Amino acid sequence: MAKTETILELQHVYKYFDDFTALDDINFTLDQGKFYSFLGPSGSGKTTILRTVSGLILADKGKVLFDGQDITNLPAEKRKVNTVFQNYALFPHLNVFDNVAFGLRLKKMAKSEIDDRVVAVLKVIQMDGYENRMISELSGGQQQRVAIARAIVNEPRLLLLDESLSALDQKLRQQMQYELRSLQQRLGITFLFVTHDQEEALAMSDEILVMNDGKIQQSGTPVDIYDEPINHFVANFIGASNIVPGVMVRDYEVAFVGKTFECADAGMRPNEKVEVVLRPEDIDVTTPEQGKLVVNVDSQLFRGDHFEINSHDEDGNQWLIYATNSIEDKDKVGLSFTPNALHVMRFNEDEADFDARLSQYEEGDNAD
Amino acid sequence: MKKVTTLTKTNRLPYFSLYFLWIGLFVIAPVALIVYQSFFGIDHSLTLNNYRTYLSSSVYLRMTFNSFWFAFLITALTLAISYPTAYFLTKLEHRQLWILLIILPTWINLLLKAYAFIGIFSQSGSVNNFLTFIGVGPQQLLFTNTSFILVAAYIQIPFMILPIYNSLVDIDPAIINASHDLGANNFQTLWRVIFPMSINGVRSGVQAVFIPSLSLFMITRLIGGNKVITLGTAIEEHFMTTMNWGMGSTIGVVLIIIMFITMALTAGGRKGKAKS
Ligand SMILES: Nc1ncnc2c1ncn2[C@@H]1O[C@H](COP(=O)(O)OP(=O)(O)O)[C@@H](O)[C@H]1O
Ligand SMILES: [Mg+2]
Repeated sequence: MAKTETILELQHVYKYFDDFTALDDINFTLDQGKFYSFLGPSGSGKTTILRTVSGLILADKGKVLFDGQDITNLPAEKRKVNTVFQNYALFPHLNVFDNVAFGLRLKKMAKSEIDDRVVAVLKVIQMDGYENRMISELSGGQQQRVAIARAIVNEPRLLLLDESLSALDQKLRQQMQYELRSLQQRLGITFLFVTHDQEEALAMSDEILVMNDGKIQQSGTPVDIYDEPINHFVANFIGASNIVPGVMVRDYEVAFVGKTFECADAGMRPNEKVEVVLRPEDIDVTTPEQGKLVVNVDSQLFRGDHFEINSHDEDGNQWLIYATNSIEDKDKVGLSFTPNALHVMRFNEDEADFDARLSQYEEGDNAD
Repeated sequence: MKKVTTLTKTNRLPYFSLYFLWIGLFVIAPVALIVYQSFFGIDHSLTLNNYRTYLSSSVYLRMTFNSFWFAFLITALTLAISYPTAYFLTKLEHRQLWILLIILPTWINLLLKAYAFIGIFSQSGSVNNFLTFIGVGPQQLLFTNTSFILVAAYIQIPFMILPIYNSLVDIDPAIINASHDLGANNFQTLWRVIFPMSINGVRSGVQAVFIPSLSLFMITRLIGGNKVITLGTAIEEHFMTTMNWGMGSTIGVVLIIIMFITMALTAGGRKGKAKS
């Protein structure tokens, strides 16, 4: 179903805490029925964005539109949005049933309908039979589920989830990632998920919005953001990367470590200073004669499914390589990569220019 | 494992014995003395007459009822003033300073405070001056039930505010946010989340106010003008005036029993198992 109805839009939203700019010109739109993730380090403003959307804080400047209506100054209790809070924030004085029924009772719904809905939603999250348990008697994973149930039982059009999986241990967390994703697809509700964990965001999202310092750095599908990061921050934050300074000689040619390489990027000024990204898994180890670059190996770690190799070139740039085999001769090793593996980033390019340049030049080079 | 337990046991022993010594000397012994004393008549003979008198005399029963009734009124008034105040305090900046200001009056001697109120409520006191100024004219304020309840409530307020305040600041703000997020307005959040979550503070406050209010005697005398005879005034009377220590102790025993009943009634489970 290619129904792309916009459900939420933020236009030039700013939020200040005293002198501190927590949100700096935030713009984005969310479509109905998709899974979005806000990804960024701690303190980048993710929770603040969620709160301007849920109404727990109000934007100082800009507009929040929900279903095309301006809700910028509407209080939280009047918004058709529900939140799964960072540490669940379940009501400790109520049992599971009453926690989940909380929102429905406020709507003055008939008791029989409340019962039906709560029982149904507890079944969805596989917590049927736990109605009379107190919150303190539940495990972290169970509390997590109740928090989700308490929100989705209200049938919000948009569900906000703030670091909802962060408190769970690794195994449960991966299981919940699958469950959340399938729940979202079954319910057809738009999910706006906040996390500082890039793997989580890459695994679950239709679209990722990368945040830093109160600004959205880049938004796009997980593959786009991974393959074509807009700047140093995004390249570094999402996955491991090798980032070296270079010069764009001309379209499709970039120079670094004293050599010129063929690449897939274009649309920059000749001899413009740039940064070049090369992902560790895109590098092949070969002989010094066949290698495009020659490096010295500093260390190797066996990671189970690959070897993690740290090395440096003659300019002193560090190179991280994921190789299938270990390296015997550590003095001189050749590195090879395809032109498509190189990704060139301009300094201070904004997202609109970046997207425009990419779409303009991508047709010609058959980039994968 | 064994080593650790034996070690801590021996380490704690001195503290425990100090604790038991304290409890024994200042809690068990006085109570035991009162119980013992209550079985003696005014002529120092061993008897159950004190209890018989207490249970059969309408005077004592009315006194008991009075004590209950006034303690209830004082507690209700104190709670009605303290809960909003405590709630308001949690919203303020410099909360520690405000709390200190609430605690401060408890450091002043009760007698001094009572005399201060006598000054304020007297015929030529500031309240009557004000009433005269606005044209109402001077009123009899001292030695009325109203002034007794007002002053008693004034004195008890800090002991109600503190436990309620503590239970209110313990509430995670995220839980209040969750309530709003689920559609509750301020009043609904107060009624459905904040009040139930602070109920333990209310219970402690009610205990701290109701039980002492049962046996007030100084304020009943100085402010209430001894019009209301409560169990507290009766005890004082028996010990200081009629020298009937046996009867005084009997009323003391009754008070202790009432205290335990009050404690049991207001205790309540930590997590009340709500039903769906
Ligand atoms: N109520 C507040 N008062 C002052 N500063 C705040 C407040 N809320 C958030 N901040 C600041 O705003 C920044 C972003 O916070 P937040 O949105 O919680 O980040 P994130 O969720 O990405 O970790 C942080 O530097 C934080 O200290
Ligand atoms: Mg956060």
